[in-house]
Amino acid sequence: MSDVKTNVEGDVVRTGDSVFDVKRLGRWETVTVFLLLMAILYGATTSGEDFLSGQNLNSILSDMSEIAIIALPLTLIIVAAEIDLSVASVLGLTSALMGYLWNHGWAMEMIIPTVLVIGALAGALNGVLVTRLGLPSLAVTIGTLAMYRGLAYVVLGDQAVADFPSKFTEWGFGTFAGTQIPNPFVVFIVLAVIFFIVLHMTGIGRSIFAMGANEEAARFSGVRVKRIKFWLFVVTGAISALAGVVYAFRFASARADNGAGLELSVVAVVLLGGVSIFGGKGHLLGVICAMLLLGTLRNALTLNDVSAEVLTIVTGSLLLLSVLGPSVTARVREALRRGRGVDAPPTPTTT
Amino acid sequence: MSASTQTAAPAPASPPAASQKTSWIDTVVRAREVSLIGVLAILVIAVSLAEPRFLNAQNLRDILLNVTIVGLLAVGQTIVVVTRNIDLSVGSILGISAFATGVMFADHSVPIPLVFVGGILFGAFFGVINGVMVAYARVPSLVITLGTLYVIRGIDYAWAHGRQINAADMPDGFLSLATHNILGFPVLPMFTIVAMVIVGVVLGRSRTGRELYAIGSNPDAAVLAGIRVSRRVLGAFVASGAIAGLAGVLYASRYGTLDAVAGNGIELMAVSAVVVGGVAIFGGSGTVWGAALGALLLATIRSALVILQVNPFWEQAINGALLLLAIGLDAYLAMRLARELRKRSSHRV
Repeated sequence: MSDVKTNVEGDVVRTGDSVFDVKRLGRWETVTVFLLLMAILYGATTSGEDFLSGQNLNSILSDMSEIAIIALPLTLIIVAAEIDLSVASVLGLTSALMGYLWNHGWAMEMIIPTVLVIGALAGALNGVLVTRLGLPSLAVTIGTLAMYRGLAYVVLGDQAVADFPSKFTEWGFGTFAGTQIPNPFVVFIVLAVIFFIVLHMTGIGRSIFAMGANEEAARFSGVRVKRIKFWLFVVTGAISALAGVVYAFRFASARADNGAGLELSVVAVVLLGGVSIFGGKGHLLGVICAMLLLGTLRNALTLNDVSAEVLTIVTGSLLLLSVLGPSVTARVREALRRGRGVDAPPTPTTT
Repeated sequence: MSASTQTAAPAPASPPAASQKTSWIDTVVRAREVSLIGVLAILVIAVSLAEPRFLNAQNLRDILLNVTIVGLLAVGQTIVVVTRNIDLSVGSILGISAFATGVMFADHSVPIPLVFVGGILFGAFFGVINGVMVAYARVPSLVITLGTLYVIRGIDYAWAHGRQINAADMPDGFLSLATHNILGFPVLPMFTIVAMVIVGVVLGRSRTGRELYAIGSNPDAAVLAGIRVSRRVLGAFVASGAIAGLAGVLYASRYGTLDAVAGNGIELMAVSAVVVGGVAIFGGSGTVWGAALGALLLATIRSALVILQVNPFWEQAINGALLLLAIGLDAYLAMRLARELRKRSSHRV
């Protein structure tokens, strides 16, 4: 899925180098921040104190917890010019396994590490199929999306396990140290810091940008493309499993259909955050901003009694806007350049 | 035949060598579909040995009915996947078209043939939107159709506003399409078969079809060869949308009760059927016959699971595993093919 054309915005190295280079944050991220402020304004003016209350903030943040958590490793995957659509199914499988093992008398302290390992293994399967067998990640993860969700149903069937110990479920909808920040969101904050450092401040992060921009060039430069991609999938699997644990505690219920359809929201958030679907470009701050935008918008609309349906239209439209915007402006720029007589090779249409 | 040992001019030598090479490739490609028939046959035999009820006429008719809608979607999806794209919005298009069908009958008493035309045009409309964005904005179809999946579903929900259209609101003639048999063969699957034949002939025998394969095979080369890529890709999405629209009308006939959730998630089944049926996700190869066989295989497996009283929850897991198997197999075949071609072309100098 990599864009073969030379990057008109500048070369790859510059992308990873200056972390807080405002210019590097690019035009789309600015738009996202702007939209976020607009959304907050909309909410504040239409719902007043309801919207601006601490309790509402809690509501916004906890609703987005799982999406936010999974968006972190998925950002790295998409920057590496791959994709993983099986994340929500791993979440569901994890939840189902939690329910199953709990019903069989396992202690929660044993269950959590076990399901995290299984999530990592699920990610490893994706990684092996993509790196060792060279299969396209879109097709592979569509397959594993079905398979893992199917296994979730095999494990737990139709049941819902709702008798987890209150120690954990209270953590799930509790808040952190007297503030209004929900505990699950704190998990996200910790992970966000880690992923930010890895992606924007380490050599591995730079390698990820490099292989997203041009995999062959990266390989010839000595980047261990296959190994890094494999581990990216493993990490994504483990984090999806973690999100599954969080989900089960937050809703105090483990079901096989937990998180069904969530993968679309996660991909939407990542792309909305300015990460290029072709790989090689993007910034984690943009993704965090997009996540807040989606959460705020959902919340503000719900407070205004706008139906969930219109919300779906809004999410989809934002997604389309986020990819059409950069693409259309790039084409306009290219057409102008070509008008001046400079040759520009056609960009291949890829899935 | 080694052309290198002949002292005659290369021109007379190449046509026979070329046709020998081509026929070998053809065999490999056709083998993929033949293997599907083989797997299907083995499955049917094995299941009927375990449970003879499997082969009774009513059960077979049920399988055909179940395949109708997913099979139709698979036919449409093939056109798009062949060009190295994907259309994830077909489920939403089916849903909104089904609901529109209900509304046309319940609120406006539109005659049945016009409803069919209306459904197809409605679907084609959404296909145009998809196609314009993919072909002209050059954004990957995965993302575009993901977005339109959301948007169209949202419009469907907003339009329906929780309303449910009942079978009682629709004319009996329309609903009986789903239960009627002509000479013992159910009517509904005939739509799918006709669509399959039309699309198959266009893809396999016409210039348009060849161009679609070329675009999927190597988009840059297609542009350089003078193919109007944007126009063809737009056409592919319009066709996929129109077919999804038709599938929505058939869905309304089959199920009678319609709400906004119709067709949710069916796009993944269509993609699975297509991939299992040998249409490479990278584009450039595969046929509608294969895609239809893929859909048939998946429907047969589901029926087998029910008949054998296996936990039905295994179905999705099995589908997923099959999908992975199919992709792996295709990648392996493609790799072998590429290696063989490289060897042969290097020998011809």
